Amino acid sequence: MKRIDRSKKVRTGFHQAKWDEPIIFELSTPGERGVSVPKASAAVAAAVGDGISDLPDHLKRKERVNLPEISQNRVLRHYMRLSQMTLGADVNIEIGQGTCTMKYSPKVNEQLARLVADMHPLQDEDTVQGMLQMYYEMDLYMREISGLDKFTFQPGGGSQAIFLMASMVRGYFESIGEADQRTEVITTLYSHPSDAAAPAVTGYDIVYVQPDPDTGLPDLEAFKAVCSEKTAAFMVANPEDTGLFNGHIKELVDYAHSVGALCCYDQANGNAVLGVARAKEAGFDMCHFNLHKTFSSPHGCSGPACGAAGVVEKLIPFLPVPSVEFDGKKYRLECDFADEEHGVSKVRAFMGVAPVVLRAYCWIRMLGPNGLWQVTKTAVLNNNYLFKRMMSIPGISAYYEDGNNQRVEQCRYTMEQVTKDTGITSGDVQRRMMDFGMHFWTSHHPYYLPEPITLEPTESPSKKDIDEYVDTVAHIIQECYQTPDIVKAAPHRSTIHQVDERWMDDPDGWAITWKIYNRKYK
Amino acid sequence: MKKGFPNHPYIPNSVPEIEREMLDFIGLESLDDLHKNVPDTLLFKGEMDIPEAFGSEYELRRHVEELFSGDGDCKKYLNFLGAGCWQHYVPAICDEINSRGEFLTAYGGEAYNELGRFQSQFEYQSMVAELVGMDVVNVPAIDWPQAAATTCAMAHRKTGRPQIVLPAILDPEKRAIIENFGRATIEFVTVDCTEDGQIDIEDLKKKVGPQTAGVYFENPNYLGVIETRGAEISRIAHEAGAESLVGVDPITLGVLATPPEYGADIVCGELQPLGIHMNYGGGLAGFMATRDEEAYVNEYPSRLFGIAPTVEPGEYGFGDVAYDRTSFGDLREGGKEYVGTQAALWGLTAGVYLATMGPAGMEEVGQTCMQNARYAVKKLNEIKGVRANSAGGLFFKEFLVDFTATGKTVSEVNDLLLSEGIFGGKDVSAEFPHLGQQALYCVTEIHTQRDIDRLANVLARILA
Repeated sequence: MKRIDRSKKVRTGFHQAKWDEPIIFELSTPGERGVSVPKASAAVAAAVGDGISDLPDHLKRKERVNLPEISQNRVLRHYMRLSQMTLGADVNIEIGQGTCTMKYSPKVNEQLARLVADMHPLQDEDTVQGMLQMYYEMDLYMREISGLDKFTFQPGGGSQAIFLMASMVRGYFESIGEADQRTEVITTLYSHPSDAAAPAVTGYDIVYVQPDPDTGLPDLEAFKAVCSEKTAAFMVANPEDTGLFNGHIKELVDYAHSVGALCCYDQANGNAVLGVARAKEAGFDMCHFNLHKTFSSPHGCSGPACGAAGVVEKLIPFLPVPSVEFDGKKYRLECDFADEEHGVSKVRAFMGVAPVVLRAYCWIRMLGPNGLWQVTKTAVLNNNYLFKRMMSIPGISAYYEDGNNQRVEQCRYTMEQVTKDTGITSGDVQRRMMDFGMHFWTSHHPYYLPEPITLEPTESPSKKDIDEYVDTVAHIIQECYQTPDIVKAAPHRSTIHQVDERWMDDPDGWAITWKIYNRKYK
Repeated sequence: MKKGFPNHPYIPNSVPEIEREMLDFIGLESLDDLHKNVPDTLLFKGEMDIPEAFGSEYELRRHVEELFSGDGDCKKYLNFLGAGCWQHYVPAICDEINSRGEFLTAYGGEAYNELGRFQSQFEYQSMVAELVGMDVVNVPAIDWPQAAATTCAMAHRKTGRPQIVLPAILDPEKRAIIENFGRATIEFVTVDCTEDGQIDIEDLKKKVGPQTAGVYFENPNYLGVIETRGAEISRIAHEAGAESLVGVDPITLGVLATPPEYGADIVCGELQPLGIHMNYGGGLAGFMATRDEEAYVNEYPSRLFGIAPTVEPGEYGFGDVAYDRTSFGDLREGGKEYVGTQAALWGLTAGVYLATMGPAGMEEVGQTCMQNARYAVKKLNEIKGVRANSAGGLFFKEFLVDFTATGKTVSEVNDLLLSEGIFGGKDVSAEFPHLGQQALYCVTEIHTQRDIDRLANVLARILA
């Protein structure tokens, strides 16, 4: 036998699982059962009858539910196959989903989170002292990480936390009689769309402060031009999705304060600054962190999640209720701090998503203050290493390279030169990445930067992982010039081929459920 | 003290030699040279007062297990709490699937690298659509209260009218969430409920008019009562040009009529009963459902996954339907509300549950809940001074228990029950003072006859 040649740098031999699995309704065989269900005992039935025949006819379901009838092992096999056709962060080198902080989610946290599976949110406080202690200590940790004065873990996601911040802004200005005057929220192009969309739901007009064309960041003069007595809040990410940290942020915050506005810090990109820079020193009044991103709780196909939101002292009365307090002996749920008239009261039921908070608690406890600092420093080191390697690929560049900037934890690249040269778009290259078991995210919409590629390595990949990722991008960019048809027609070795999306915006053609698909396409 | 944590198991490039190599590659001396654009005034120079890291994964496990070792849960205690989060049986297959790392750690990829995520969400949408009798279902919202808030907002946007009618009997926390969400554009009006807990039709006629965008009611409602006049409520709404908006507990729908059968235009509800552990309230996930009409579909703020062909014959693909209605589309704040991370894993789980239960399972679980709950009412009514479901309304799994005549408050009763290892029903005496000392009890398929008899016996003893 000859030695097997493994000198290749990229996984040209990759093929994703392809089970060609039917839609679950197609697996149905009348009479099959997936699980047996507890029945009322004979004595119960004797005492109360069958429970349903005394319902008036108009309250009874007319026909059995049209659900598939499938034996348990076939249901399991179906979903196992679907899972195998899903490249979560446990499976691939997760560098490509910029802004999403796709870091490793430790398995011990997963097991420990299941300790709370069967707890009811209204259990007596005496039976949840450990749970309440965990919430209480998480509040203290988040205060240290941000420098702010109190946190809530109620929001069920980052966008809901932004919505909460906007709601608290409104409550605060109502409480001081300025709600009618302050009708605008300022945000930036490269902050998350929810920094605009969530305040809009609370009734604010959205004003964008434009970035300086050289630095990519809004400067004080641009900010002054849009900030006035009408401004209720400045809602901003820092770093923004370009991976650029705005070193002048405090000047903007100070100016906003000088006209009486509040400043809200979207720290969805918080992995860039743990232990390095905090909301407090920059003067922010509120902030939020995504525990499902920066603090390692897994993303779960997009939730359940937690947007932990913190405020400075004067805004504590506007936080939702309850909070967890400790009197030295006992932890208890407390509502007394809240401004009943202007406080937000509730944005999500009960105490938010406890398993997510618990996973974040475990993660912090396995890192400690030094580990949190290391997380950020390595994430930024990884990104700068990635950046230098990416920028060496012909055709790849980045906007706002003015000679002074250093990216923090992520970067939005552009391949517009490749597109000009070959006609191949970042969407095409994105699909081709799937042929190597990898992917990347382009950008939020609209694309303010052409042909975008947004990468965020986090602290989780090894140098070898980053090298493999960049080698793969470089390989594909080379293909764009040498064998463009392969890229344009990609993917070839993924689970499915190019989706024909012509009907996605056509009310007569779209099919959001199996029922509608069968109705429209007989 | 030197900062940093070399060789941390979660941070491969914290290995000092690798770190050095990477710093050299980018031309930096040390990690301090990173964050060049953070000015000195913004650099945090203190120490975070956070406990030092545990020395091992084992120590973390011991710490957390000990932290929670004194806590109770609904396995250690016999539980009769519901009120928005309910204890139902979770088939093992649900946990098996939602703990698969491939699903657990997926997020926002495309249909190519995350086909299973797209297909499982499409299938969840499809099965919930069958259950509730609608055509279109969204990728899950945060929880029922948020789904209800969005349902009201959808009706407001669709009709262009300002008012939403909410029932007097509504979870106060849900009301707070709905009102906070909608208050910039929606005026909320409350319709009275009759003594048996249903919508007061005469009052509804007074409250509904040309300004009404929609009438929201629940089935069963917060206090467990099944609304028997849904068709009339919908008719009143429709005659005024308003939408009929119905919140529903989906586990009832194997036996109870679907909301569209009594005129619902937009349905919403809570997925948690469908195979998802309570998780101290973390198991909640909301859904909305409508007919497949453009005017409704265009009002969803959520992602909607649709099935599509691929260039390969015989292959299923998926994509985002009408993406530009969302705030992820080009319109950003001009889209519908906002979208972000919500509760997709629980949607997937609800799909697994419905596929596992099938039509027979859903019918049976509904029947068992109704039988057990009726049995509990009967047994509790045998106790002197206790009146269960005294208003006499129809109920599914939740009902009020009135302790007023026992001379004890619900709080006192619950303390006594707790000492016997039982979580009594939720005390609603502060939320609805006119009802007296009443508690909301929840009895489901997980309760055995022995459990219910035990509750009745303990209550009889402690109230004697």
